[in-house]
Amino acid sequence: MRRTAAAVQLLGPVALVVAAALLGTLVSRSTETYFINALVNVAIVVALYLFIGNSGVLSFGHVSFVALGAWTAGVLSVPVSEKPAIMPHALVLGLPLMRLSGLAAGIATFAVLEITHNVLRYWETIGPGVTTFSAVPETTGLLQAGVAAVIAVVVAWAYQHSRFGRLLRATRDDPAAARAVGVSVYRQRLIAFVLSGALAGFAGGLYVHLLPVNTESLYLDLTFITLAMLVIGGTTSLWGAVVGALAVSGVDSFLAEAENGVHVPGGTLDFPAGTRIVVVGALMALVLILRPSGLTGGRELGLGFPRRARI
Amino acid sequence: MIAAVLGIDWRTLADAFALGSIYALMAIGIGLVFGVLRLVNFAYGQLVMAGAFALALASQWGWPVWAGILLCFAVVIVLSLLMDRIVFRPLREQSPAVMLVATFAVAFLLQSIALLWFGSLGKIATSLSFLQRPVTISGVDIRKITIVAMVVAACCLVALVLLLNKTNVGLHMRAAAMDFQTARLLGVRANRVIASAVLISGLLAAIVAVMLTVQTPLVTPDFALRDTIVVLAGVVVGGMNRLVSATLGGFAIGFASGLLGGALPTNQSQYLPSFVFAAVIVVLLIRPGGLFSRPGQAAVDRV
Repeated sequence: MRRTAAAVQLLGPVALVVAAALLGTLVSRSTETYFINALVNVAIVVALYLFIGNSGVLSFGHVSFVALGAWTAGVLSVPVSEKPAIMPHALVLGLPLMRLSGLAAGIATFAVLEITHNVLRYWETIGPGVTTFSAVPETTGLLQAGVAAVIAVVVAWAYQHSRFGRLLRATRDDPAAARAVGVSVYRQRLIAFVLSGALAGFAGGLYVHLLPVNTESLYLDLTFITLAMLVIGGTTSLWGAVVGALAVSGVDSFLAEAENGVHVPGGTLDFPAGTRIVVVGALMALVLILRPSGLTGGRELGLGFPRRARI
Repeated sequence: MIAAVLGIDWRTLADAFALGSIYALMAIGIGLVFGVLRLVNFAYGQLVMAGAFALALASQWGWPVWAGILLCFAVVIVLSLLMDRIVFRPLREQSPAVMLVATFAVAFLLQSIALLWFGSLGKIATSLSFLQRPVTISGVDIRKITIVAMVVAACCLVALVLLLNKTNVGLHMRAAAMDFQTARLLGVRANRVIASAVLISGLLAAIVAVMLTVQTPLVTPDFALRDTIVVLAGVVVGGMNRLVSATLGGFAIGFASGLLGGALPTNQSQYLPSFVFAAVIVVLLIRPGGLFSRPGQAAVDRV
């Protein structure tokens, strides 16, 4: 029974990712990019979920790992090679930061984002400066993005069913009780932060091979949109992260198309540029007001009959 | 004396002081709402941005200065009350983290509405540019806005201290900031006290909008975004739990960035955000409750 539930929690999100990837093979070449983008977003949001969802600590800093991953991968121009670089980075940052919680953690991770952006932007001996990575081969296809998203989902699932994941969720739900039974809040958060930072960097590596990126495109807007995906889907479940990422990516891609004019039954939709973020922002505010725990209610996928939340 | 040693001239010092004053006002605006709602208003900068656009539009339409300022105040106050009514009130019972993310959404919403409406190039507000001209005080050229900013900030501080300490509304606000539930039990009306905090915070945003527009007349959709991030960092570094420490934090970070920004050459001052935010991290690690919080006070652990 319990094993089935765990399997459903893994297979549900994976099936959704695979379905999205398969759907992507059916459409035209230009629309395919949206699907690839959506899958990369899934990877980033799952990385975010791994830390935020399990620890309950807000992080605005994960996009800095995405940026670093993108930058390293861009320089080396070899997919997956950025992972070794990100792990120590996340560890070094996490070591001091994970002592914080609450508001202080939010601001501190934001500070990390600011510093990363600032250094990559101006220090041209180590960062890309204002130039855009256009020379990087665009090798991220549906297959790579799909596989990466599935890897992210599997890692997050394995983590949340591991001893560490359970300990971290215990610290999220009741820090005092968790401490009282001997859980080191600091150590558990650090483990999740490093793992999640590595996943985010991995996703960043995919990102740079998908589109020409520069430091500005991996900054506040991406932070906002990925956080929005997580919140809209439901912060506290893997299912929520995947649903949110795919749903928001879907709406976002549709609107992006509509900004160029799209034909729908009954006429042509033509939105002015910038509608996307307005709609996504409004959507996010709406979901928060009407359903603060997200579309999925922050629960994992169940088999359809009512049960107690277990994960 | 110290200023002379570091090679900082009086003008830079005065400008830094003015920037600190403006940031202090923003810090109060954020801190007041945090006090009663436990809500970190990320969208505060967008209120300022809306006010700045009102000023720019007014100067484009050729309105007199006072009418432009009036429009700015009206827009900002209406917007902040709407924000409270539509977004904050339904979320009042939610966890602070949810509220923080919600204000994040509102911030981006307002910013992209501005982008849709005015385009990314922005508008120029010229009606107040006479305040940019310098006056000479004992051999030092100081821009008028610098003096205006300091005076206005001082007046606002005095008014606020009087309001908080001498009036019923102020008493209610202080009580609500200390313990909202108990304050309600003792007869403080929740909606009224929150609305007045939001109102004052909106007023301060409008004042900040006027002064920032004088300093940077080009109003773009991301106007005041950077300032808000810096002020938020300052407020948290100062200590969110008390208004005084939040204000001091806002002032300190504004003063520091103004001073360093003015004193360092460009190829170094472009790294200023890195240093400021690195300092923020260090302070948070050493004193998570804030630099100016009372010793022994527990860290804010609400978000």
